[in-house]
Amino acid sequence: MIAGFIRLVTGVQARWCGCVPESDQRIYFANHTSNLDGPVIWASLPPALRQRTKPVAAHDYWTATRLRRWLSSSLGCVLIHRTQITGANNPLVPLSAALESGGSLIIFPEGKRAAADADEPDVFKPGLWHLAQRFPNVALIPVHLENCNRILPKGDWVPVPVIVSVSFGEPITVNEGEDKEAFLIRARAAVIALGNDHV
Amino acid sequence: MTMFDIWHDSHCRTVLAIIGAVLIGASVITASLSRGERGKTPLMINLRARVVAWWWMVALVVMALSLGFIATVVFFAFVSFLALREFITLAPTKRGDHRALFSVFFIALPMHYVLIAWPWYQFWAIFIPVYAFAFVAIRSALAGDCERYLERNSKIQFGLMACIYAIGHLPAFLVMGLPEGEIAGMRLLLWLLLVVQLSDVLQYVWGKLFGRKPVIPRLSPHKTWAGFLGGITSATIIGTGLWWLTPLLWYEASVLALIATLLGFCGGAVMSAIKRDVGVKDFGHAIGGHGGILDRIDSLIFSGPVVYHLIRWWLDLP
Repeated sequence: MIAGFIRLVTGVQARWCGCVPESDQRIYFANHTSNLDGPVIWASLPPALRQRTKPVAAHDYWTATRLRRWLSSSLGCVLIHRTQITGANNPLVPLSAALESGGSLIIFPEGKRAAADADEPDVFKPGLWHLAQRFPNVALIPVHLENCNRILPKGDWVPVPVIVSVSFGEPITVNEGEDKEAFLIRARAAVIALGNDHV
Repeated sequence: MTMFDIWHDSHCRTVLAIIGAVLIGASVITASLSRGERGKTPLMINLRARVVAWWWMVALVVMALSLGFIATVVFFAFVSFLALREFITLAPTKRGDHRALFSVFFIALPMHYVLIAWPWYQFWAIFIPVYAFAFVAIRSALAGDCERYLERNSKIQFGLMACIYAIGHLPAFLVMGLPEGEIAGMRLLLWLLLVVQLSDVLQYVWGKLFGRKPVIPRLSPHKTWAGFLGGITSATIIGTGLWWLTPLLWYEASVLALIATLLGFCGGAVMSAIKRDVGVKDFGHAIGGHGGILDRIDSLIFSGPVVYHLIRWWLDLP
C-alpha cells in the first residue's frame, strides 16, 4: 500500500535498461538527491522483489525524530552509522547481515544527499567496494534517479508533484586486479552514464 | 443537479449513442485492418492502442458526467493535476521555484476548482490571472534566485494558464447560466469535447490518407495540409450537424465549430512547439498510443476558454 501511494504521488516510471527485474540477490546503488530516493526505487520494483529489498539509510538522520524513526522502520530500512565509527557500529556489519540472510539492498554510496543544484553525484564512499569484495555473487546494479530532488529537495518538506524516472543499468563487477579507487570511479560513472542516456 | 441527469436527457442520450457507435466502428475497422501481417506494423499497433485508449477516455468522461456536476469538477481537477505534473516535469525549474510550484499545485489548482464548484463566477474568472499570477511571480522572486528567473517563471505561469485555468473552463460550462440550466451546459460540453477531439482524430486520418505537405514543417512533419483542411472541414460539418446540442442556431454553431477546431489545431501546434523546445516527442506515457494526458488535451487549452467566453458574450449571460 505504501508502494502504491509512492507510485501515485511520483508517477514513477521504472526503466530497465541494462537488466531485468529478477529475484537474484542484488545491491542497487544510486545517486542521492532527496529523501524520496530510497522509497522511490523500492516502490518501482515489482512486489516480489520489493519484499526482500531493503533501503539503507543513515542512522543519525533517520532516528533523530519520532516521525523519521517511524518512516524508516515501516519501510524496513537498514540503518547504518555515518559518524564516530567504531568496531561495534561498523556499517558493514548490518549490511552484511542483511545480505547473508538473502536480502537485496538499495544503497547510496555518496553517503549523503547531493547539494540542491548539483549536476553530478558526489564522490562514492568505499562501502560499495567492501560489499563487492565480501559478496562477489551479489549483482551490483547502477541506478539513476531523476527528478526526486524536484519533488522533495534537500532542506524542504513540502512536495511538488513531478514525474520521477528510475533507470536500472547493466550490472557491474570488480575487474581482475582493479583497486578500490578505480572501481568506485567506474561505479559512479555507470550511474552518471545512465542519467545521460535519455536526456 | 442530481446524478445520471445525462441519461435522462434525450439529446445527451442520442449523442452518447453516436459516440458509442463511432467507437464500435473504430474498433471494427482497426481490427479488420489489423488482419494478417499488416497488424504487426508499428502504425497498426499504435492505432489499436489509440482506439483502446479512446474507449477508456470516453468511459471516464461519461462516468464523471453521469455522477453529476461535482464529480465532473473533481474529474477535471484531476486531469489538470496530471497535465500540470507532466508539464512541470518537462519544464525544468530550480530549487528557488519549489514553494511557488507547491502553491500552484496545492493552492491555486484546488482553489480554481472549488470556486467553480461553488460556483462563484466573478472570482473564479479572475482568480488565476490576477492573484495566482502575482503570487507565483512574487514567491519565486522572494526565494532570491535570479538565474534564468524570467524563463523559469514563464514556464510556471504557462503551466498555470494552460493546465489549470484553461482546463477549468470545461466543467464551468455546466454552471455558465444557460437558460435551460446545467443540462444545457452538459450538452454544450459534450458538443465541444466531441467536435474538438473528433477534429484531432479526423486531422490524423486525413493526414495519414492524403497528407504530404506539412503546414509548419519546422514544428511538426505530421500536421499536413490535407490533414488540416480535411480535419477542420469535416469536424466543422459534424459540429454543425450537432447544432441541437448547443444553445445556438445551426449557422451560429457552424461558426463556433470552425473557431473551436481552428483553436484546437493551434493548441496542438503550441504544445508541439513546447515539446520541440524541450526536445521530447510526447509529454508522457499516461495514455497508451497517445502519449501523455497533455498530448490529448492540448487541443482544448485555447478552444475551451474561447468557446466558453464567446457563448457567454453571444447569449449575454450574466
